[in-house]
Amino acid sequence: MNGVADFRARELLDLTAHEQAAALRAGEVTARGLAEASIARVRAQEPVLNAYITLMDDEALAMADAADERLRAGNAAPLAGIPIGVKDLLSTRGVKTTAASNMLRDFTPIVDCTVVTKLREAGAVFIGKTNLDEFAMGSSTEHSKFGVTHNPWDLDRVPGGSSGGSAATVAAGGVPLSLGTDTGGSIRQPAACCGIVGLKPTYGRVSRFGVIAFASSLEQVGPFARDAEDAALLLSAIAGLDPLDSTTAPVPVPDYAAMLGRGLDGLRVGVPREFFVDGMEPGVREAVERAIDVFAANGAIIDRDVSLPSVAAALPVYYIIAPSEASANLARYDGVKYGYHADADTMWEEMELTRGQGFGDEVKRRIMLGTYALSTGYYDAYYLKAQKVRTVIRREFAAAFASHDLLLTPTAPTVAFRLGEKVGDPVAMYLNDLCTIPANISGNPAVSIPCGFSEGMPVGLQLVGGMFEEGTLFRAADAYGAVAGWKAQRPPIYGERGR
Amino acid sequence: MPLTAEEVRHIARLARLGVTDAEVARLREQLSTILEHFEVLNAIDTEGVPPTTQSFDLANIERDDVSRPSATHADVLANAPRTEGSYIRVRRVLE
Repeated sequence: MNGVADFRARELLDLTAHEQAAALRAGEVTARGLAEASIARVRAQEPVLNAYITLMDDEALAMADAADERLRAGNAAPLAGIPIGVKDLLSTRGVKTTAASNMLRDFTPIVDCTVVTKLREAGAVFIGKTNLDEFAMGSSTEHSKFGVTHNPWDLDRVPGGSSGGSAATVAAGGVPLSLGTDTGGSIRQPAACCGIVGLKPTYGRVSRFGVIAFASSLEQVGPFARDAEDAALLLSAIAGLDPLDSTTAPVPVPDYAAMLGRGLDGLRVGVPREFFVDGMEPGVREAVERAIDVFAANGAIIDRDVSLPSVAAALPVYYIIAPSEASANLARYDGVKYGYHADADTMWEEMELTRGQGFGDEVKRRIMLGTYALSTGYYDAYYLKAQKVRTVIRREFAAAFASHDLLLTPTAPTVAFRLGEKVGDPVAMYLNDLCTIPANISGNPAVSIPCGFSEGMPVGLQLVGGMFEEGTLFRAADAYGAVAGWKAQRPPIYGERGR
Repeated sequence: MPLTAEEVRHIARLARLGVTDAEVARLREQLSTILEHFEVLNAIDTEGVPPTTQSFDLANIERDDVSRPSATHADVLANAPRTEGSYIRVRRVLE
């Protein structure tokens, strides 16, 4: 490749996926050129960010060459040739998939998860497998067997979690798109911490087949991107019914792109008071208030008289249901069929030693919590009670969406906290997900979009939509993004600079 | 009510999770604190409210029972920690 094309590829890496797709079709750059530029930038940033567990250079270049062929033949899908980061919770055939756990540090899946299959068919280029909190349990990416990921805006702070690697690499310009999973905020909270767009789809919108299971009734795979249009592009490619996941919904996937460019005029936006909690950082509150003013000034109808009275119970409901499901899902790691194995004298000793050494502290804590909540004598008091309160919360959300198109809240009560600040205090860490957890409990789609800065760190605005109304979220995120212009703000480490 | 060390060991046993004495002490404190936070649920009236098992209500999905190719022997054994021939080797189950 010559110098001019090389320069153009680096320049294009700074743009969005839809702009890169246009440049690929115009012949300004090849998929291979773009992949080489992405690999070079990611590799240059890894010593300070640690956003990836496994880099996939050889696979990436082969995928890029295949995409170039399809682009030349004129039958390429929109994502053909676009570099993408994949959370290391998503199974990739033949490529190590660790869940950031000692338990799976050498595990190589024999199948692709459905979303990876769909992206392969679309011609996307996988740059690597991104870092996360072990088994997606955490809000800071500090609970990873492979070391912490650093926030590109301030290397002494967390990128959020659990999908911290996927958020950091998009924010730092390594790739325009990445995939995360969101069980209690694990896409939206890191998107907020890193100043990008992150969307949790409606439960059942995206297949979970081949995604290493944590809490099956709560989690969804979703996109990270630098703008709403890119997030819509990626969701379009992964959404839909999957015969391999019987919890996917038989609901047609609408044309999300058609929802863009429609503005905010006439959108009925509720601002539920329970999400503006006492401990909220003043700078976060100010940024969210300014965003509400922007919505109002552009024709949205703001309703501040909205209440979801039981939403404060979402956090305890989550910390009963998610660990309960986790304790069942993680029972499969017995050191027999795959994964870490410790030697001992008897079968039971081996199993206890394998699990004791294979899982990290946070995972053990949640397995213990879930086992307790499901154990004889406590099932009704904890698990069944939590499932009933879940119904109450769902009903409150459904009532709110009868008269509103969107609910608007902060994504998190604070900006990204400092590394080590909360890792020793599980309850303080859990409280960080106060604003994101309710949408997992109710199943509603929700997106975090950048809405300003506090302490020099990005602030996230959360928009929650009605069931299967991702299109409305894209419409609002696109319109607000165009007016507010936060996308142009880049972290100091952006690109090759700042090392 | 704080958990006792005995209760923590009992739960660990149910979960087949090997824990050290230091872990038992730490888990006892942390789990007790977390359980206290669950008490707010008692304030919510759930009389006559059905439980939610997942947020999008779907009935069972059925498909025709048609045979199709499954994973190969080699694939299935590829990640097993201990194998012998075409078997996974395990410890004696019955003493």
